[in-house]
Amino acid sequence: MPEQRVVDADYLLLEAPRERKFITGAQAMAEAVKRANVDVAIAYPITPQSEVMHLVGDIWAQGYIKDYYRAEEEYGAMSAIAGAVRGGARAFSATSGPGLLRGLEAIASWPGHRIPAVLGVLTRVVNAPLSIQPDNVEISYLLNCGMVVLHAENQQDVFDFTLASFIISEMVDVYIPIAVCTEGFFVTHAKGYVNMTPEDMKLPPRDPYKAPVPPTDCEIPPARIQRDAPVQKSNFMSYLIHAVWQQEIWASNIRAMKYIYKYLGGPIEVINPDAEVFVVASGCAAAQGREAVRYAQLEGLNVGLVKVKSIRPFPEKEIRQVLSKAKAIIVPEHNIVGWLAKEVKAAIPNSDSVIGGPRVYGGMTLPVELIMEKIYQALGIKKEKKVVV
Amino acid sequence: MGLEYVRISPGFEKYMPKDYVDLVQYGQFGKEIDVQQLGQFKELVEEHPMCAGCFMAYFIRVFYAALPKPEDTIVIGTAGCARLSLSQAAVPFIYGNYGDTNAVASGLKRALSIRFPDKEKDVVVIAGDGGLIDIGFGMTMHSWFRREKFTTIMVDNEVYGNTGGQESGMSPKGVQLKMAPKGKQFDKINAVELAKTAGCVYVAKLSPTNPKRIAKTVRRAILAARHFGPTFIHAYTSCNIEYSIPTEKVLEDARKREKQDFGFYEWMTEEVKEFFEEIERKPEEVKA
Ligand SMILES: Cc1ncc(C[n+]2csc(CCOP(=O)(O)OP(=O)(O)O)c2C)c(N)n1
Ligand code: SF4
Repeated sequence: MPEQRVVDADYLLLEAPRERKFITGAQAMAEAVKRANVDVAIAYPITPQSEVMHLVGDIWAQGYIKDYYRAEEEYGAMSAIAGAVRGGARAFSATSGPGLLRGLEAIASWPGHRIPAVLGVLTRVVNAPLSIQPDNVEISYLLNCGMVVLHAENQQDVFDFTLASFIISEMVDVYIPIAVCTEGFFVTHAKGYVNMTPEDMKLPPRDPYKAPVPPTDCEIPPARIQRDAPVQKSNFMSYLIHAVWQQEIWASNIRAMKYIYKYLGGPIEVINPDAEVFVVASGCAAAQGREAVRYAQLEGLNVGLVKVKSIRPFPEKEIRQVLSKAKAIIVPEHNIVGWLAKEVKAAIPNSDSVIGGPRVYGGMTLPVELIMEKIYQALGIKKEKKVVV
Repeated sequence: MGLEYVRISPGFEKYMPKDYVDLVQYGQFGKEIDVQQLGQFKELVEEHPMCAGCFMAYFIRVFYAALPKPEDTIVIGTAGCARLSLSQAAVPFIYGNYGDTNAVASGLKRALSIRFPDKEKDVVVIAGDGGLIDIGFGMTMHSWFRREKFTTIMVDNEVYGNTGGQESGMSPKGVQLKMAPKGKQFDKINAVELAKTAGCVYVAKLSPTNPKRIAKTVRRAILAARHFGPTFIHAYTSCNIEYSIPTEKVLEDARKREKQDFGFYEWMTEEVKEFFEEIERKPEEVKA
């Protein structure tokens, strides 16, 4: 293991030299963790996540992380993360599909407990019939927890989002957890080029005293309100404390946006802003949307892409602005419920222009042709269906 | 730091609430307290909304008086009656989700060990029978298997008190409770044997009939956890509401149960035994 030196976060995230490597998404996440000065990582296996926490375990064995263990199950893992972060440590875990749902009661309480942790979510089918395939319906369960939810398109995003998340989540005016989501297998087990910061540089350690809610370590008076069981006093206090606290969580979530601009170049990426028809997509679907836009350009069609990187906070304003003149909006997704389409519809005045789909689920791939069909439909182009025998 | 964080900054004494000033001046911080003196010092927990005469509340009162180092102790609780008073004490308290105590404590203790390798910071879980042995069973057991260095205290009222009297795994066989309308169908779980098997280095079982003994047990459990590994106390703390025990009969009931199935029991590893022989011989050294 190379001796790592602490460098300024802005320098590491924005200026440090980068080296190009051809690695998997799982490696990209672990490489980000390696540079993040993490104190504690807690693992519980589930396909397709396991690869990430295996690699993080190796990093611990090499001395990059101070403590690591395999928990009894996800509820235990996510609860222990809460304990470690309250104790002042910087902590990381990752999970997939059913594991996310098993840990969800604990995870959903992290924002309210002001736990700035980073959680990798390597998506996988939930519900029956069982499958280990990538399907991102699980992200919909995260949307109402209060945490920041980022959705990575590829290995590069996984590296950048993960590394930046440690810094964003610990910002005093944010101080809530961040989920870095990406599709299992499609990204975790496939290789892509990743420009990485030097291995011998790491983020500054967490300073748990730079916090809106101090750690519980008997070094500083604890913040009583959320450590207590406030609901015991009276109904009035209970309503009030819970309401005020939750408002603050969601305000914190919105305040993360400026850091998403600073460190991730903004919550959306736009290709061809003057397009007539837009594909709006996140995660892997954005990669396919990107291809569809390329196809469309080859065919002389005026199609653009909005890649949504941040699902929470949701870039309502930005999306509304980009789509203000769009005739049709196509939202391809890797899940059956169409959570992104709902978000987009809710953000714009002309929700009728949203074509929810194509949707694939159960882990199917998302062929560009499916997106093209929707584009033709939106533009009123009739294509003969070729049947390949 | 410990004592530093409870201390009042000079000049602020007159602006601090009287309660707090009393706590620092006449309380337990930085001192050794004999539980026999209960009532003669400012206690860490005073007001709480537990039922009048609740024996669990009494046990918790003695527990706080017994802390070897309250200024460096963090208590972890969960849904259930105990947290009603734990959350009111002048000791940092963490309350997460129902049954998560031993996982939270694992993460917390590890973080504290990383950040303060040379300081003693005691982590103590106090939770109900439902929290530890039903919903949190896996996390309780695994914290022991992993040999996490904190103390777990089960305040066993043999029922889900806080949700209105449902059967728990620790209810005695045959007892009719809510959700057990025909009486409980299986035996009370043997938590003490589980704790020994799972790797606790100090295990005790008691009925709170003797405050001095409660205090000694709590203290031993915390000191053993500090140095050696997981420790467990199984305390009978009756629920006067759900078991219809009139307040004036609570102690009588505790004595009866002590004779029946809650006789004082204490077990520890050889290593822990030697440790106590050493430190309890010279009382001045106990003041860690
Ligand atoms: C996930 C979850 N399930 C159920 C509950 C409801 N609940 C709150 S306290 C409790 C029972 C408490 O019983 P026990 O742990 O024995 O403590 P006691 O109140 O008897 O001291 C239950 C079931 C909850 N808070 N969270
Ligand atoms: S319900 Fe029972 S255990 Fe709970 S506070 Fe009341 S008497 Fe105590």
